[in-house]
Amino acid sequence: MSKIIDKENIRRAITRISHEILEKNKGSEDLCLIGIRTRGAVLAERINECIKQIEGAALPLGILDITLYRDDLTLVSTQPIVHETLINFDIADKKIVLVDDVLFTGRTIRAALDALIDFGRPSSIQLAVLVDRGHRELPIRADYVGKNIPTSIDENVNVVLEETDKEQDQVIVETGGAK
Amino acid sequence: MSEWIKHDLLDLQNLSKEEIELILETAKSFKEVSSRDVKKVPALRGKTVVMLFFENSTRTRMSFELAAKRLSADTINIAISSSSLSKGETILDTARNIEAMNVDAIIVRHPTAGVPKILSENLGPSIINAGDGCRSHPTQALLDMFTIKEKLGKIEGLEVGIVGDIAHSRVARSNICGLNKLGAKVTVCGPATLIPSDIEKLGVKVSHDVDEIIKNSDVIMLLRIQKERQEDKFLPSIREYAKVFGINKNRLKNAKKDLLIMHPGPTNRGVELSAEVADGEYSVILDQVTNGVAVRMAILYLLLGTKEIKTEEVS
Repeated sequence: MSKIIDKENIRRAITRISHEILEKNKGSEDLCLIGIRTRGAVLAERINECIKQIEGAALPLGILDITLYRDDLTLVSTQPIVHETLINFDIADKKIVLVDDVLFTGRTIRAALDALIDFGRPSSIQLAVLVDRGHRELPIRADYVGKNIPTSIDENVNVVLEETDKEQDQVIVETGGAK
Repeated sequence: MSEWIKHDLLDLQNLSKEEIELILETAKSFKEVSSRDVKKVPALRGKTVVMLFFENSTRTRMSFELAAKRLSADTINIAISSSSLSKGETILDTARNIEAMNVDAIIVRHPTAGVPKILSENLGPSIINAGDGCRSHPTQALLDMFTIKEKLGKIEGLEVGIVGDIAHSRVARSNICGLNKLGAKVTVCGPATLIPSDIEKLGVKVSHDVDEIIKNSDVIMLLRIQKERQEDKFLPSIREYAKVFGINKNRLKNAKKDLLIMHPGPTNRGVELSAEVADGEYSVILDQVTNGVAVRMAILYLLLGTKEIKTEEVS
């Protein structure tokens, strides 16, 4: 088990991603953030806080639960718990930045894209993640990455965030034993 | 939160408090789906749900059908009058034929208590009870509890009055069971001829004074006076019932400020409640209908996800 990113560097990564989002989109016009439950939602909130400090105004923020769009729903033995999706603004013609903690196989993002399209037709969707650990199974890539962490397939990447885990922020890589 | 392992939904007796709470919590997430422009999620794509209704129904059948469709399941309605049952086939044979076409769930309503249980003991698909005789109507009770929780924030400790024909009401029986499990205090109220003599055994108080119920309750559930049963002479007349037990605006003067008036429908305006009350500030009758779809979506989602081998189930 090793700590890969500590609290300070998570903060710096989020600050950098926020600047990159604004730079790439040339400001905050038509921009909105959608975090994937649970830790993606927390990160989206932090990015939004950062953008508010830079631009003076926060972006519309939504929370997406992708459970119902998972491609393995018929394979699991009991149904995963469904949480609420909260997107109370119209996403049509908006530039959406999807936020998640770890980018791995890409299947979560595939589900999130399908879910978003059911809400409307955004003008573009970009992806921001705190950690990209590789091993993609779908043709998906991130536009903004906090840190690339090369891993082997049987390692676990745990993102710990104060809001959800009641512990100090950190990213840990654990070896062996798929969770 | 607990995990869902049940294969069928037959009644609330064999659900734990945690399982009921899981259904209500899951329903909360599904309510949002029905408020979208595209009211559909792919969770049950490829599943087939059959509705086998041996009694008339508007709300329940449509609610189940919408719930299944919004989860992307395929639905089939079997109208009993035009089916082989009218040619003398037994229920079990009909159901076995339905099973042979590889369906995933059968939603059944039948005038005889116990039919859903018999089907569940003999068939592989998930069986969902949409009302059996005077015994049980679990999805109605669940949507009632969901509505109470949504409006009042809790169920534990609430005073709930159920007024009307308790004797013939599966809605009352299921609600008594569920509300007791979640810690509400239930009082039933109605004419003595429509309250079973040993109803206290279910853990309820009995009252014959509807004004007392209005004064003390946080929630009042009204039940339909089943006019079709009037030949049995349970009541001197509908008019007398309306006078003694009907709820009108005048009577509600003594009610608590955030009282909920509920009714499973169909309502007899002017009998159980006046039109003013049905459309009035306390009424959540249409919220119940909206919530019914969310609760049934939650049930279908939870039931059709389990893969346990049926023979292991005891209940």
